Amino acid sequence: MRIGIDTSALALSKWQQYSIRFLFGGAITVVAGLVANEFGPEVGGLFLAFPAIFPASATLIEKNEKEKKEEKGLSGAVRGRQAAAVDAAGSTMGSVGLLVFALLVWQLIPHHNAWIVLPGAMVVWLVVAVLIWEIRQRPRESRRTIERNASRGQIVGK
Amino acid sequence: MIEMLIRFLVGGAVVSLFALIGDLLKPKSFAGLFGAAPSIALATLGLTVVTKGASYGAVEARSMMAGALAFFFYASFASWVMMRHNFKALAVTLGAMPLWFAVAFGLWKLGMRL
Repeated sequence: MRIGIDTSALALSKWQQYSIRFLFGGAITVVAGLVANEFGPEVGGLFLAFPAIFPASATLIEKNEKEKKEEKGLSGAVRGRQAAAVDAAGSTMGSVGLLVFALLVWQLIPHHNAWIVLPGAMVVWLVVAVLIWEIRQRPRESRRTIERNASRGQIVGK
Repeated sequence: MIEMLIRFLVGGAVVSLFALIGDLLKPKSFAGLFGAAPSIALATLGLTVVTKGASYGAVEARSMMAGALAFFFYASFASWVMMRHNFKALAVTLGAMPLWFAVAFGLWKLGMRL
C-alpha cells in the first residue's frame, strides 16, 4: 500500500480533540519530570515511553472512521474499531524504533553533544520504524499479487 | 515552577505535532508509527541535559528502554483486543494501561537486580 497524505481526518477533528492531546502530552512530560525529581531518573525514565496520548488518538480514529461510514448510510462501529486496531499495530512497530532510540541516547549522550545525539536518534527511530513497517507489508503485498494473478487466471480459464 | 511550565508547553507542543503528523498520513498502519514517536523523550531529555547534565539524561534513557518494551506489549495487546472483540477503543486502551505499568516496572525491577 502506498504512503500518502489524507487531510480528511483534519476536517472531522475538532479543536478540543487537539487540545486534549496537548494537555495529555504536556501533563505526562511534567509527570515524568516530577517522578524523576522524587524517585530518581531510573523511575522517571520509564515515563519517557508512556503511551500518554494513545487512548485519545485511538478514540479519535475510531470516531472519525465510524462517522465516515455513517455518512454513507452504513454502520461504522466495526470499521472504526478496526481502524483503531490497525493504528495500534503501527504503534507496535514504532515502539521497536522507540527502544532503539533509547538505546542510542543511553550509549551516546554521555560522550557526545546532546543536540546532535537527540536529532540523530530521532532519525534512527524513524528509519527503524519505517523499515519494520515495510518488512511487515511485503508478505501482504505478495499475497495480494498472488490472489490477483490467481483470479485473473480463473477468468481467463473460463 | 517555571521549569515545569516549560516542560508542559514543550511536551504538549511536541506530542501534538507528532499526533498531527499521524493524523495526516495514510495508510493507518503507517500513521500508527507516529503514535510511538519519542515525543515525550525529545521534550524531556533536551531540558534534562541542560538542567541536570548528560549522565542524568543517560540514566533516564536507560530506563526508557523498559518503558519502550512495555509500550510494545501494551500496543500489541490493545490492537489484538480491538481487532477480535467488540469493545470500544477508549475502554481497551485505558483498560490495558495496567499492562504498561506491570511490564515497565517489572523490567525495571529486573534491571535493578542485574
